[in-house]
Order: sequence, then structure tokens, then C-alpha cells
Amino acid sequence: MAATLLDALAAALLVMGAAFALLGSWALAKLGTFLKRVHGPTKATTLGLALVLMGSVLWFGTRGEVSLHEVLITAFLFVTVPVSSQLLAKAAFKEDPGSRPPPPPV
Amino acid sequence: MMVAAVLPWVSAAFVVALLLNLYRLLRGPRLADRILALDTLYVNAIGLLVLAGVAQSNALYFEAALVIALLGFAGTVALAKYALRGDLVE
Repeated sequence: MAATLLDALAAALLVMGAAFALLGSWALAKLGTFLKRVHGPTKATTLGLALVLMGSVLWFGTRGEVSLHEVLITAFLFVTVPVSSQLLAKAAFKEDPGSRPPPPPV
Repeated sequence: MMVAAVLPWVSAAFVVALLLNLYRLLRGPRLADRILALDTLYVNAIGLLVLAGVAQSNALYFEAALVIALLGFAGTVALAKYALRGDLVE
């Protein structure tokens, strides 16, 4: 019974994660400017991958195995994706200085 | 075995995501867009590898996913530095 419940929860996490990952990539393909496009992969895809990895943890849990690689990958992604996206935004401003938004009012 | 039932659909979603990234990688139009597309490509590849590990119930795939995460981040930072400075080693 508990294994069935865990299995259903893992399946739900996998489906939600795939939906978020697909949404992020769709945003990358569809949106108009770089600053709009950078939102999809950095937020939606990271969340989707974290959900898929947690689903994998649960699925290995239903088989009585403990697998913590996924937690490591998730933590690593959560640390590195903001760094790389910030560097990419700086690179985009260097390529096209006109795309830099005006500073916020004080 | 609900996981086994949803696994083909979940994998198909990741494959479509990879194709969308490939479209942005080829289309551009700027260098930063292509680097971002490569970055998303490796993140989605990690997802597909994890799904392969689940499908074959083999935890060895997660080592490969971890290596891709490490090298992908290093590659993205190197490419972004190149776009930023026009040079890698100053």
C-alpha cells in the first residue's frame, strides 16, 4: 500500500517536472528578446529538473534503495544556474548595450 | 506501476524540449542566445539521463548526469566569459 502510494507520488512528480521542463524550453524557443527568453530555462527548467530528480528519489525509495545522487545534482544545479544566467545576461548587455533596461526609480 | 506507465510520455516531453532548444541554438540570433540554448540543452540532457536511470533501474546513470552538470556549468561559464571579454585567457 505504501509502495503504491509512493509510486503514484513519484509518477506525479515526474509528470509535473517534465511539464515544467517542456514549458521552460518552449519559452526559450518562443519569446521575443533575450531578456524574456532567459526566464524560461533558468526558472521553469530548473524547477522541472528538481521535480524529476525528486521523483527519481521516491521511485528508488519504492524499491527499498536509497539514492542520494539526485539530491547532489539538484543542489549543484540550484547553485550554478543563477551564476551562469547572470553571466549570460552580462554578455547579452555587452553584445547589445541598448537592451539594458533603465535603472529603477529611487 | 504508475511510473512505468508515465515514463514514455515524460521522456517524450524531454525530447520535445531538446528539439526546441536545438531550434533556438540554430536560430540564434545572438551569441548569448546560443550559449543559453546550449546551457538548457545540457540541463534537459541531465533530465533524460535520470529518466533512463529510472527506466533501467540503474543508479550508474546518475554519475554521468553529475559529470554533465559539472562540465556543462564550466563550459557555459567559459563561453559566457568569451562573449563578455572576447578572450578566454588574458
